[in-house]
Amino acid sequence: MNSVLKRWAEIRRYPSAIAGMMIILALVALSVYTVFAIPYRQAIQLWRGGENLWIENPRNAAPAWFNLFPGINLPTTMVIESQGSPERKAALDLDGLKEVRIELPVSFTFDGFPKEISLFLSARYQTADPYITATWITPDGREIVLADQSIKREASIRLSQDTRLERRLRGLSAEIGLFADPNRQGEPVPLKGEYRLVVDALLFAPGDDLDAKLVVYGQLHGLAGTDHRRRDLTIPLLWGAPIALAFGFLAAIGSTLSTMIIAAAGVWWGRWVDALIQRITEVNLILPVLPILIMVGTMYSRSIWVILNVVILLGIFSGGIKTYRAIFLQVKESPYIEAARAYGASSLRIIFRYMIPRVAPILVPQFVALIPSYVFLEATLAVLGLGDPILPTWGKVLDDAYTNGAIYRGYFYWVLLPSALLITTGLGFSMVGFALDRIFNPRLRGL
Amino acid sequence: MAKAGTFGDRQARRLVRSRGASTGMRILKYTLSRALALLATVVVGVYLTVLIANMGGHVDEIRRSAIREQAALTLQLNQEARLLSAEERNQILNELIAVEERRLGLDQPFVVRSFRALWQALTLDLGRAYYMTSDSGSRQVRLIILERLAPTLLLFATAELLLFFLSVLIALFLSRRYGSWLDRLIVALAPTSAAPSWFYGVFLILIFAAILRWFPFGGMVQTPPPQGTLPYALSVLKHLVLPASSIVISAIFYSIYSWRTFFLIYSSEDYVEMAKAKGLTSAAIERRYILRPTLPTIITSFALTIISLWTGSIVLERVFNWPGLGQLIYRAIGSFDAPVIVGSVVVYAYLLALTVFVLDIVYAIIDPRVKVGAEGQTS
Repeated sequence: MNSVLKRWAEIRRYPSAIAGMMIILALVALSVYTVFAIPYRQAIQLWRGGENLWIENPRNAAPAWFNLFPGINLPTTMVIESQGSPERKAALDLDGLKEVRIELPVSFTFDGFPKEISLFLSARYQTADPYITATWITPDGREIVLADQSIKREASIRLSQDTRLERRLRGLSAEIGLFADPNRQGEPVPLKGEYRLVVDALLFAPGDDLDAKLVVYGQLHGLAGTDHRRRDLTIPLLWGAPIALAFGFLAAIGSTLSTMIIAAAGVWWGRWVDALIQRITEVNLILPVLPILIMVGTMYSRSIWVILNVVILLGIFSGGIKTYRAIFLQVKESPYIEAARAYGASSLRIIFRYMIPRVAPILVPQFVALIPSYVFLEATLAVLGLGDPILPTWGKVLDDAYTNGAIYRGYFYWVLLPSALLITTGLGFSMVGFALDRIFNPRLRGL
Repeated sequence: MAKAGTFGDRQARRLVRSRGASTGMRILKYTLSRALALLATVVVGVYLTVLIANMGGHVDEIRRSAIREQAALTLQLNQEARLLSAEERNQILNELIAVEERRLGLDQPFVVRSFRALWQALTLDLGRAYYMTSDSGSRQVRLIILERLAPTLLLFATAELLLFFLSVLIALFLSRRYGSWLDRLIVALAPTSAAPSWFYGVFLILIFAAILRWFPFGGMVQTPPPQGTLPYALSVLKHLVLPASSIVISAIFYSIYSWRTFFLIYSSEDYVEMAKAKGLTSAAIERRYILRPTLPTIITSFALTIISLWTGSIVLERVFNWPGLGQLIYRAIGSFDAPVIVGSVVVYAYLLALTVFVLDIVYAIIDPRVKVGAEGQTS
């Protein structure tokens, strides 16, 4: 306990180590929060659920906090619906028929145009299909008919894909034409003010009813933006933290511990055991790690846990074994091992109770420094298209961004957010690792 | 990997010190035993690669079903075959399949074929690819690999050599100015090497290709390739800047840091203090008392750098769309093309083994400590 306190006092002398520890603590806190706030099943469902789950999200929208930058005032997503707001709906009974008028107010004060605009209608009726007319009323009083048709129970009117409407709007797509200032020439400029969407519906039975929902998709959305499949990137960015930490930590602990045990066993039993371990290590050095992982990913399984096991297996007989062996060779000769042998301790007891605990502190810095390399290994595999097919990870986000040309198309947030998280994680662990290395390694002390 | 040399060093000393034969004999004996051990290592490593690349024989199943499909299709398109009865057609189909399987050697069990593949790989008879072709249309694995070797060597040799010499020189410079602000800055920046080169590549593309438009997004030469040698070379150079810089940036700070630490450890030895006390110039101290004893380590590191060029980097080449070996291996794995995978691994294995071997011998001969030990024993 005392020695731990002393180490702690030494660590505190390194500001980078303190910063690194803060980062690690923040990541752990974030992971714990994520795992409780969005349970595993829910996260996977959200990530894999398909576009219907995210129908109210824009595609490729940047994070909403972009508006905090000076000079930027871009629209965020607005959802205006009649359900739950009875004041937006007025009904009129005309013996047997029923007329419903829904007015949806849209207050638009942004400097940019929305990404898309869609109208979703849901009707409850008995026999005949309701007939609706949707009219768009601009702040300066123009009226534009958006739809004039009979609808089924669920109707999605994708105004941005309506080419006839586009022609009526002088060749501008609906999300631009509906909001453009008609008095400006050249590049369209949005007209700010109070817009209204009026849906007049003719229903053919007194019990029938209708609800409308207008979604004006923003250029900005949520904390982290959205991807090409309308998914909120908050999910993978949050869930990336526990997965990265778990993968990095398990891979690092799995490979260092097993390497250490093998090295200790080799040194303790010596002779053919040692020779065998040395030969296996040399064979392993020839085998290329990444191609093997790619082969495993392509041919067997892309599950992150299978890959983790292969990583650990390949890591057991890594070059590190030679370093550990050199240390254990010294330890083996120390008097306390002789004492243990004298009282009749078994080989396993000596290896696990005397040799490994003696060496473990020296290896702590190496262990900490190994974690980021595994975190990046996961990202590397994901960028090669071999990421886990169901889990949302930082690497997967990068891969999606890369394959969808995010850099070429200017969706920089899509690349920068996962990258920032990856590099922060990497830096956090490696700063602590470096400081620990200088503390535990006497030859480096003061250098 | 850098540890391989030191290990051989230790073993060499043990071997050389053993009593009996003369120094020459001992070195010969040592050389032979090292060569045998390394050869065995290569054989086992390559055989494992053969097994993995063929998925333990499963790739054969994939190829068999592809042959069956092809044969069925051929028969279906044949007008005359339609007149035959189902039984006859089936017989012809089986014959077609058997001929094709015999042609590709698939009629033999996988175990036999795997050993044949091992032997061919070891004798560097790299054979024919299953599916892939070189850009000139050849199925020869040798040609496919050779075609991709030049771009990989160009990119990685430029970057790695730059990295190696820059970091050793800057480290020497820093070890003299230990504790200066530059020194502290480099130490503080060393943790940035936790991220791999492709990660920095993405950033460089974002800044210098997407925003500033100074350099191209990827590829090795513009399309269509410019006429004439000089414009071509300039175009390649322009494409080379970003990938090479990302390799250098990703590793340089850590590399400088570790060399600097290494030099500092050596410059705190007593004989260096002694030299300082004698009033030697710092250049002389550096050359005679710091670089001399660290030379074996520097050589080892340099040799390992050189052979690491061979593998390239799969992800970096993909990010920059660089037509090198890394991309080749990735595509070969994606299309289950075992001969290409085995071919590239076996050449790497040979190069690695050869380098380790040469280093071992060089160590046994030039390291003064080894020599003194041997003479002490014989005299």
